Amino acid sequence: MKLKQKLALGAGLMALSLSSAWAQGLEGKVIGFSQIGSESGWRAAETSVTKAEAEKRGVDLKFADAQQKQENQIKAIRGFIAQGVDAILVAPVVATGWEEVLTEAKEANIPVVLLDRGIEAPQELYLTSVASDQVKEGRVAAEWLVGAVGEATCNVVELQGTVGSSPAINRKQGFEDGIAGHANITISRSQTGDFTRAKGKEVMEGFLKAEGGGAGICAVYAHNDDMAVGAIQAIKDAGLKPGTDIKVVSIDAVPDIFAAMVAGEANATVELTPNMAGPAFDALDAYLNAGTVPEKFIITESKLYTPADDPQGEYDRRKGLGY
Amino acid sequence: MTRPKVDLHPTTRPPARHKRPLWAMFARPQVVALAMVLAVNWLLFPGFFSVTWQDGRLFGSLIDVLNRGAPVAILAIGMTAVIATKGVDLSVGAVMAICGAVGAQMVNSGQPAGLAVAVALAVGLLCGLWNGILVTLLQIQPIIATLVLMVAGRGLAQLVTEGSIVTFSDPVLIFIGTGSVLGLPTPVVITLVLLILATLIVRRSALGLLIEAVGVNRSAAHFAGISALSLLLVVYAFSGLCAALAGLIAAGDIRGADANNAGLWLELDAILAVVIGGTSLMGGRFSIPMSVLGAVIIQAMNTGILISGFSPEFNLVVKSGVIILILILQSPLSARLLHRRARRSPKAEDAA
Amino acid sequence: MSQDAVLLRASGITKVFGTHRALDGVDFDLRAGEVHALLGENGAGKSTLIKILTGAYQPDGGTLQVAGQTVTFRDTLQAQGHGIGTVYQEVNLLPNRSVAENLFLGRQPTRWGLVQRAEIDRRARALLATYGLDIDVRADLSDYSVAIQQIIAIARAVELSGKVLVLDEPTASLDHTEVALLFDVVRGLKARGLGVVFITHFLDQVFTLCDRVTVLRNGRKVATESLSGLDATDLVRMMLGKDLSFDHHPSGLASMRHGAGRGVERVAFAGLTRAGSVEPFSLSLHQGEVVGVAGLLGSGRTEVARLMFGIDSADGGSVTVDGEPVTIRNPAQAVAEGFGFCPEDRKADGIFGELSVRENIIIALQAKLGWVRALNREDQIELAGRYAEALDIRAADHDMPVKLLSGGNQQKVILARWLAIDPTFLILDEPTRGIDVGAHAEIVRTINRLREEGLALFVISSELDEVVAYSNRVVVMRDRAMVAELTGEEIAPDLIVRAIAGAGITTPAEVQP
Repeated sequence: MKLKQKLALGAGLMALSLSSAWAQGLEGKVIGFSQIGSESGWRAAETSVTKAEAEKRGVDLKFADAQQKQENQIKAIRGFIAQGVDAILVAPVVATGWEEVLTEAKEANIPVVLLDRGIEAPQELYLTSVASDQVKEGRVAAEWLVGAVGEATCNVVELQGTVGSSPAINRKQGFEDGIAGHANITISRSQTGDFTRAKGKEVMEGFLKAEGGGAGICAVYAHNDDMAVGAIQAIKDAGLKPGTDIKVVSIDAVPDIFAAMVAGEANATVELTPNMAGPAFDALDAYLNAGTVPEKFIITESKLYTPADDPQGEYDRRKGLGY
Repeated sequence: MTRPKVDLHPTTRPPARHKRPLWAMFARPQVVALAMVLAVNWLLFPGFFSVTWQDGRLFGSLIDVLNRGAPVAILAIGMTAVIATKGVDLSVGAVMAICGAVGAQMVNSGQPAGLAVAVALAVGLLCGLWNGILVTLLQIQPIIATLVLMVAGRGLAQLVTEGSIVTFSDPVLIFIGTGSVLGLPTPVVITLVLLILATLIVRRSALGLLIEAVGVNRSAAHFAGISALSLLLVVYAFSGLCAALAGLIAAGDIRGADANNAGLWLELDAILAVVIGGTSLMGGRFSIPMSVLGAVIIQAMNTGILISGFSPEFNLVVKSGVIILILILQSPLSARLLHRRARRSPKAEDAA
Repeated sequence: MSQDAVLLRASGITKVFGTHRALDGVDFDLRAGEVHALLGENGAGKSTLIKILTGAYQPDGGTLQVAGQTVTFRDTLQAQGHGIGTVYQEVNLLPNRSVAENLFLGRQPTRWGLVQRAEIDRRARALLATYGLDIDVRADLSDYSVAIQQIIAIARAVELSGKVLVLDEPTASLDHTEVALLFDVVRGLKARGLGVVFITHFLDQVFTLCDRVTVLRNGRKVATESLSGLDATDLVRMMLGKDLSFDHHPSGLASMRHGAGRGVERVAFAGLTRAGSVEPFSLSLHQGEVVGVAGLLGSGRTEVARLMFGIDSADGGSVTVDGEPVTIRNPAQAVAEGFGFCPEDRKADGIFGELSVRENIIIALQAKLGWVRALNREDQIELAGRYAEALDIRAADHDMPVKLLSGGNQQKVILARWLAIDPTFLILDEPTRGIDVGAHAEIVRTINRLREEGLALFVISSELDEVVAYSNRVVVMRDRAMVAELTGEEIAPDLIVRAIAGAGITTPAEVQP
């Protein structure tokens, strides 16, 4: 790792660790972490934050990259059980098929914490699950827009995630919940941008043409920041000012959206924190040292960021996390 | 050595081939299909055909169709040659990601943009050569040989970008993706130039005929003294080069190299464009312009779906429905039906 | 069961593919307890006949009777049901499953839905014991030699069907002792009253094993006879359709053969060889000379031609063109030296079906010129027109796909393709196979004409009267080697037939490297 990245990483960690307080600590504990892979920037950030959180607490983290395969995850978990680790973190790649290996972990008295995604298995098979509330993320974005437009009429175009994926369904739901009761805000167009920058740009181009060159669009709501970054470029290509002529609100809080905020081209983003491990380690700390059983579902904070929240600073802090 | 004097009888030329009337060029099912898709788009969105001049460039849905269709059209140009040899190149999407990533990392590390573009194109060429070597020297079936790079290539691209989107601000790369030349988007201009060059090279040289011969009957080509090996290497390398160009355009478009998503599934769109253009997957006769037309049809459909306002759940259903329609339109069955109808009409009989 | 009872009788079998009559009113019968050889050259109709007997094809005319009852087979399964089983040259069993599983695949003994492995193994051992085989039936099939695999395939086929066994070239890849082992098995089946149809192109094996023989030629039956009164020459004569009394010398040729009027040497091959395919072969060809090649299928005649043209690479030997040594490792190099090759399988190796007549004619010249120096359209039209005219290729339009032409015209298109490169040396492999009688005569006339133009030609044919009609010399191939070279008055069908049949009986083992 380059020195610059290291420094940035350190800075990011300081920000992320302010909330954590622990009883006796996990110093010297061995914890296995089965990660899905590195399919997105956010995933890479989650991995680096988890490693950093572990280092900070003196945890001996055994990391296993499953390369998008459940069989690799099951192998990794069996390996952790065989090594006799103190606890296991799993970011499950799919929702089903976990009963057998989790039962083995339970029989070996090793607590398992799920990160980021839920599974379809009896709840007693894992200690707790740390995840964000995707519906809430959509609602927070909507609430910001409601506040920003006031009583003015506002036609919103929506860039959905991949059709049928749970973040797309939930973030759409949350946003619709948030604008319910505000008749001045309506969603005029909604299309999928597949969570990618390129498709976000292409779909936004189509929207701009279909809505009179953008005159009929007051805001764009994107299910992730990447699509928002693509949409911002499309708005600029159409001769409009993103952030001013058309408001841009999205979810995830990746570094590039903060860069757009610095340039005045994005208005708000809702954080999907890559720090799932922090709360997980806290829960394990309390459980292993004090026997406190945590709640079954730990929901991470869905924090809103706007240009008022030092976007340059946020950009610098996140840049080194592997996004 | 004397040429055998086999012309024992006075030579009479075979009857000169009738020149096809100009309108026959437009009576192809692909042109009909494009007209139909455009007409439906116009019905869904009356402003579809309006093109305006804005900030020194043409602006409008029609321009979007050409601009967005450019990467697939460029892939289809390379893919046409590969498919004509009875092969297929599944790796083009992944090669796009690799080359975009290489270009982006190079400009970000301070290399001049010209060098970055050259290296990216060279990497694409090498990827194509690699496929060609697997297909020729190791005699692996093309679908498997290129599958290797399709799977591994995206991983390579991720290694280059270290898993994140590499955002850049180099004006040259951005120009390739989003600039304009004489009012037309740069990707459209690149596609047109490549289309004309490729068509000229293939048809003015004997390359086209030799490729078709290898595709129609590889064994007979070998017996006729055609060196299929070097021909296949050239064809796969060209496909890799086209993928590199498309990759640079895709990266320039979003000002970033997205290793996970750049070119994802575009190999399938490119194959579809070639098939819609009328080149058979069994190899043989091919037409590069028709493949580009196929890419335009696909993109016209995509753009139509975007502006239609349908719920995105319908996207794939609508798309597959239209494709089935187009393929039926150009099937031998419907050609026979059309032919029969034409024969029945007295006007056609007079002409014959 | 009476040993003379007819197990299987086919009467007046006709099979048509497109316009080609593959079988034309063929009769065949198989008795219990006999091994019946089925002989014929390529295209004689052997494989079509056995496919009809085993249900793989349905005849267009004629009837099949099994044990006196008229039957029709929709598929091979139904033929099996009537007691007819087949074993092909390439064993089509599962190499990575055990011997026992292969024997009982599809009908494993089960108890409560579970396959009983021990029971399968026990039965497999018992079954193979009746064939004198004592092997580990749990080992994978691929662990055993081809001969053992053949016997296992036979055992399976006999278990499934039980009355008639068709063996399609079972000895093609076996060595001497393996052939003996296989023959013992076949004799055992014969003793059990099975009827065996045996297809091979090794004449000595026919005499060693078989009781009767049926010879097919060009889709018709030549004869069915008991082997006891025949010798190898008789068989060759029947296969090649030559009557010993037949004698025919075109007047012009006879004097030429005697005269010293041979042109200068153009092409010479010395010691051309390839392991397992061609024994060292030497031949020089002169300007204005046709060397005819006679020999049975598998004698090495096509293999030699492939070596000459660089399609297969030679292990040794040298080639000179006009006295200069040249290297020929692939057809492109051969074409560069002015060689041309009209392959036996026109459809697979010759024509480009989708391409036009014009493109098919100019393609070799274009390949020789390379892709940069393209023949323009006018040149192409001129060339195609000239050679189509000279060879009288009947095509409505030279832009029509060549696949729409008749077989004879396609053959002429390929000839035209080679004439267009201005060749030194032409190889024609069975140039008249599968084309109609009229075109036949034309091709023969063309060969004569090309010789007069000064070309050197190497023409492989199993039509002896043709060979006699155009050859200055005849090379006879047997067992992958040249066994005779006939010139002058020796070029007569009876002498050629005797040379092909040879004196001794050989097995493939003796000629294996």
